Amino acid sequence: MSEPRIMLTGMAINEAMDIAMTLDPKVFLLGEDIAEPSGGVYKVTKGLSEKHGLHRVRKTPISEQAIVGAAIGAAIAGYRPVAEIMIMDFLAVCLDQVTNHAAKIRYMSGGQTTVPMVIRTSAGAGMGFGAQHSAMLETFAVHSPGIKVAVPSTPADAKGLLLTAIFDDDPVLFVEQMMMYWDKSYAGEVPVGDVRVPFGKAAIRRDGTDVTLISYGRQVHDCAAAAELLAADGVSCEVIDLRTLVPWDEAAVMQSVGRTSRAVVVHEAVTRCGFGAELSSRIHEELFGQLSAPVQRVGSANTPVPYASNLEADFIPTVADIVAAVQRTQG
Amino acid sequence: MSDVERPDAPDRDTLLQMFEIQSRIKLCDERLRSMLMSGQVRLIYYSPRGQECISAGWGVHLRKDDYVVTIYRGLHDHLAKGVPLRELWAEFLGRATGTCKGKGGPMHVTHPESGLMVTTGIVGAGIPIANGFGLAAQLSGTDQVTVVNFGDGATNIGAFHEGMNLAAVWKLPVIFVCQNNLYGEHTPMSMSTGVDYISERAAAYGMPGVTVDGNDPIATWKVMGEAVQRARSGGGPTLVEARTYRFWGHLMGDAMEYMDKAERKAAMAADPVVLYRAWLIDNAHATEAALAEIEEQVTAAIDDAVEFALNSPQPDASELYTDVFGDESAATLNGASR
Ligand SMILES: Cc1ncc(C[n+]2csc(CCOP(=O)(O)OP(=O)(O)O)c2C)c(N)n1
Ligand SMILES: [Mg+2]
Repeated sequence: MSEPRIMLTGMAINEAMDIAMTLDPKVFLLGEDIAEPSGGVYKVTKGLSEKHGLHRVRKTPISEQAIVGAAIGAAIAGYRPVAEIMIMDFLAVCLDQVTNHAAKIRYMSGGQTTVPMVIRTSAGAGMGFGAQHSAMLETFAVHSPGIKVAVPSTPADAKGLLLTAIFDDDPVLFVEQMMMYWDKSYAGEVPVGDVRVPFGKAAIRRDGTDVTLISYGRQVHDCAAAAELLAADGVSCEVIDLRTLVPWDEAAVMQSVGRTSRAVVVHEAVTRCGFGAELSSRIHEELFGQLSAPVQRVGSANTPVPYASNLEADFIPTVADIVAAVQRTQG
Repeated sequence: MSDVERPDAPDRDTLLQMFEIQSRIKLCDERLRSMLMSGQVRLIYYSPRGQECISAGWGVHLRKDDYVVTIYRGLHDHLAKGVPLRELWAEFLGRATGTCKGKGGPMHVTHPESGLMVTTGIVGAGIPIANGFGLAAQLSGTDQVTVVNFGDGATNIGAFHEGMNLAAVWKLPVIFVCQNNLYGEHTPMSMSTGVDYISERAAAYGMPGVTVDGNDPIATWKVMGEAVQRARSGGGPTLVEARTYRFWGHLMGDAMEYMDKAERKAAMAADPVVLYRAWLIDNAHATEAALAEIEEQVTAAIDDAVEFALNSPQPDASELYTDVFGDESAATLNGASR
């Protein structure tokens, strides 16, 4: 019988990699500074090199193209590499390997070669890291057919989605919002053992009847908080956590919005051309006649991430922004 | 080549095997160019004509389970690694029977069965990926080696630097083959590159680097053999710069205004395949008749492959949506219809 435990997100991610490496000798990790004695800049890989060896927890030079390229080649040759790109903004340095190679190789080879690799990357604003260490760039990958994208919102999902990602036969971009790693307010129950969370299956975090909030990652928690506030005003919100963007659970979204007739999409990435634009567009295409209000989008300001704490706080969407967006649907 | 005997030459079988590979490349290239010129087929084609000896030079050292990575100018490398003619021609013509079902094209030929793992259209990008194949072999404890081919121009892109350094640090069994044809697109090497010899760059990574006359099949064979042996025995990577010339410019249709006419004329007059053929006969490694027979066999195989490709259908329309992911449910593709 597996017994529920409360864990922090960083620990849950660590446990997923530990389990995967124990299960399958073809799984290995590579990235900058991920081995002991430091265990990674965020300590997410703590202890893994001591347990599994430096040949399987490989410290690399500061060479993002070389990291992702090596992961791609090894993946084609039958391994299941988990590459760490320290901060998501650095994805820009190796985007060629991600979008032109990892994502396209199955298609270009007519299915003869596959790239079962994961790129784990930490992301998100709120830490005071400024414009080049804080961005949410998941749509880089969403716009590259051939790579899957997961953005967990809970420790259990972080573990379960990462296990699924590692054993998936296609490349996966796995986005970890760094604010969640070691913050107790994001702690949660995590099942023991190899418990996987499927891709493309949204979680209904809260049932509701008046409006559907659709989100992923850390902002799911903000949606839940907004729903709580709105409930006091008599507005009943359903909260859908997409968990994965490629694939995304279109059926769950359409089913819910079909019932509530109102939708607000929420994410930390900048609003313009964010994943919410796709969601909004698809909802309008499918449910136009049934909607009681236009779909509202809530995302970060269309600016680089500012440094000053007041500006950074204004940049990121807040619970108040979500409440206001819901109110706009209530006319 | 001259007509003097070469004490460093390999055995006769190897000599003839190299001739056969060179002939495949030369004759495939000639056929394809004539089909392009007559308008029988249309495709973007980067001719490797002039560079045959380099691929043949590593080709005879590799086993089927060794890995090769190459570039858009890759026909010679595909053939040297043994990609079958029919499937290769069908892929060039975008047919369902091609190596990649017509979905990759000449710039992305893949045939894992032959060990031809990746063909990339992105300058330099194959270098970091080749390290991954080397790493897989190293982790598995096999003695497989990886040969990655790229041009002189590719040594100026960041991926080259990152890849060379990582290969050296991890002592990967990878042979970096720079096919230096003296031009990157329309720019001569002297205008883009701060060293006279690409092999000088190896020192910056703590890796052996060697320059060889890539038009000399014997010298190239020898240098490739040493590099392959080093990689196979755990001695790590080598950068081989094989100097050569591209006879037909960057791609077919290139007016070649930026190339020196006399230089090109001289290079074509010293056609390495033609010179090698003469050398084989002059030094009694083969008779004229024996070589002619090899060429006839290759020509017949090309006839067959071209007919096969031309008679093959284009991929079914449904292929547009397959091979994006392994699990091809509508949910994975999310409205892939548009
Ligand atoms: C990253 C990138 N930049 C530019 C190009 C356009 N391009 C294609 S081939 C080429 C020249 C490359 O020269 P070299 O590496 O010497 O190879 P060669 O074509 O001579 O075999 C260029 C600039 C490209 N394909 N990829
Ligand atoms: Mg060149």
